Amino acid sequence: MARLHEYQGKELLEKVGIPVPKGRPAKSPDEVREVARELGGKVMLKIQAWITGRAGIGGIKVADSPEEAYEVSRELFGMEVGNFKVDTLLVEEKLDIEKEYFASLIVDDVEGKPLILFSSVGGTGIEEIAKKHPEKVVKIYVDLLNPIKEFEIRNKLRSVGISGRELLQVGGILHKLFLLARKYDTRSAEINPLVKTKLGKFFAADCRIAVDDYAVYRHPELGIEIARELDRPPTELDRIAYRVEEGDYRGTFYFIQLEQNFKKGEGYIGFHGAGGGGSMMSMDAIFNRGYKIANFCDTSGNPPASKVYRAARIILSQKNIDGYFGSGSGVASQEQFHSARGLVKAFREAPLRVPAVIRLGGNSEDKAVQILTEYTKDLPVSVEGYKKNDTPDYCAERLDYLIKNFKPPKEVKKFAPPKPKKPYRFKTLTGEVVLDHDKCAKCETKVCVQECVPGILKIENGLPVLAISEEEAKKGKCIECLACEIECWARGNKGGYVYLPIEGLEG
Amino acid sequence: MSILIDENTRVLVQGITGREGMARTKLMLEYGTKVVGGVTPGKGGQTVYNLPVFDTVEEAKEELGDLDASVIFVPAPLVKDAALEAIYAGIKFLVIVPDRVPVWDVLEIAAAAERYGVKFIGPNTLGILSVGKAVVGMIGGRAESARKWFKRGNIGVTSRSGGMTSATSYYLSQEGLGLTTIVHVGGDQVVGLPHPDIVELFEKDPETEAVVMFGEIGGSQEERVADLIEQGKFTKPLFAYIGGKSAKSGTRFSHAGAIIEGGRGTHEEKVKRLREVGAIVVDRFNDLPKVVKEHLRKRG
Repeated sequence: MARLHEYQGKELLEKVGIPVPKGRPAKSPDEVREVARELGGKVMLKIQAWITGRAGIGGIKVADSPEEAYEVSRELFGMEVGNFKVDTLLVEEKLDIEKEYFASLIVDDVEGKPLILFSSVGGTGIEEIAKKHPEKVVKIYVDLLNPIKEFEIRNKLRSVGISGRELLQVGGILHKLFLLARKYDTRSAEINPLVKTKLGKFFAADCRIAVDDYAVYRHPELGIEIARELDRPPTELDRIAYRVEEGDYRGTFYFIQLEQNFKKGEGYIGFHGAGGGGSMMSMDAIFNRGYKIANFCDTSGNPPASKVYRAARIILSQKNIDGYFGSGSGVASQEQFHSARGLVKAFREAPLRVPAVIRLGGNSEDKAVQILTEYTKDLPVSVEGYKKNDTPDYCAERLDYLIKNFKPPKEVKKFAPPKPKKPYRFKTLTGEVVLDHDKCAKCETKVCVQECVPGILKIENGLPVLAISEEEAKKGKCIECLACEIECWARGNKGGYVYLPIEGLEG
Repeated sequence: MSILIDENTRVLVQGITGREGMARTKLMLEYGTKVVGGVTPGKGGQTVYNLPVFDTVEEAKEELGDLDASVIFVPAPLVKDAALEAIYAGIKFLVIVPDRVPVWDVLEIAAAAERYGVKFIGPNTLGILSVGKAVVGMIGGRAESARKWFKRGNIGVTSRSGGMTSATSYYLSQEGLGLTTIVHVGGDQVVGLPHPDIVELFEKDPETEAVVMFGEIGGSQEERVADLIEQGKFTKPLFAYIGGKSAKSGTRFSHAGAIIEGGRGTHEEKVKRLREVGAIVVDRFNDLPKVVKEHLRKRG
């Protein structure tokens, strides 16, 4: 879930007509003073961070004057909250509160329906409220084929003693909250507390809104940088990985950096899973051996070799990892040699400087393991490949053994892409294939043509060329299987190379 | 007997002319599934593996007669329309394969499904395979693999992970434990038929003698299976593994839907609830086949 900050959430609430306190976000003490002046009177200063219990850690303060607001805000800016430094404060008018309530709209996974929750007690989490005062909680499931009307909500609210002007206001707010949730594809939209002022008017005093990751593409207006639930702003590597994911619709690529400040020898592993459940199971196996993972990564759903390559390069860019562990369910329905080729290319180019154990069980596992191990033989570190009958526990044990017996190679040759004399080039969906026709002319095997998975290469005048138009290759007929590079380097005349840029990673 | 599908289920493929649709139609046909045709709007009149392609589901129904199931392989943003089209055309069982379907689209599909008495698996599912009879979706990847990996027998498998559906089924088969039906319920928070619904179907299937469940942290599907056992609605032996013990708690794996249920969704809670009601939960996935075998042997 992509979470919105309180001030972003309140902008949405305001748009749909739910009253919020006057105010706006500020990025510096000077700006805080300016906003406080505009508002006049007492103001609230609230750090913008994705955590609960901000008041408890001193993240919410009251100031009586613009000058006091300026002074107080200097302490709030730069506060460290988890992994993250406060850079924005919400400056708001201070409300004269008489009573607190709770309102939210969640996606209920049990019923498979939107659920409106309201409680005439507010302040804490709904979980606690529901336990202590179940009679004060209203639950309303919404039928999307016949979306709920305001009067239906009012009828339900009567059961918790809401009446008169209050009923009208709360009914309207809950209905608008539902419309907001549906319009902005929220996973949850919570107003806590919803407050009534001494003058009897309702306001959303705080809110937590999370947008469905899978629907972020429908809402460019929200400016969500990375559609993913994080308790901190994305790291540089998260951003690089996300751009790769966004730029390639084929298969799944999910990457999250979990640790950054670790040293060599602390047992952090670059983790490369395949499939959600298989990844989790494999993580459990590596944890059971006493290791920690530097990142979580999942390439699955039949991804092209190029995607697996980029994932591996991103994982390997984490400097201080002690090993590389790849493992999924073990019985993958996708053809595993694609992943093997992607890994080989990444391991050669990064280059790999730590032991790697990869469990490649599933379709074409024999070929996959052969590609992985044969084509990395000349690397100065161990790369082991395993199949479906090798358990994740055994693979974790192997990695443990390799790490414990590891002697770092003295010299690791840096990789440089080839400089073709007679390049024959064509663009692919996310990169470019270059065949050095100078070398191809002397190649006896022409293995690139035999091994090309989509069969888009042919021999013309003794040289490999496209059998389809350049346009078709670029649009995705070339599936970036990398055979024309990996197989050529192993069994041909080393003339093929596939350029797969990763924005932000090099240089 | 098997649940939801068998060798007589007449299957339509929506998105049959796409990359995945075409590849998986081949798998389904070669495994023995009665695929009778496909739909891709704008491509009516073409054929895929000698199957007729229609522009609309309604037209497919007029031409092909009764359709029991539709499997959907269209890009995620188009899934809602495809599913609603199938539901309104009167198809009663859907398998929704694509990943990344917006949750409010799923809610809308669920609302229509409830109104019209339709069941669906997914989204984000590899589908369902009735061993030796039919596969709807893409379990196994290739028919040859599916035949080799999954042996017929008396155990039902239900999993929240696609890869682990195959893995669990494969390792059980290797241990000599055959299977009736294997189901990937889908990886999303809101799915059409979650674990408890599948387990109830297995309860009614006379051929299924025990169920193996691959669970994961988050949500409350596994706890609800425990509830069914406690209420006497599921009476067969249940074996489970719950993935994600080592996953960082909180943020990333937490689900909004779990907040009102009080403490539900954690690894500890799921394991505890299942063990309380007599289910066998293994700590290491590797141990699952052995443990299932021993227990079933003891029962005789």
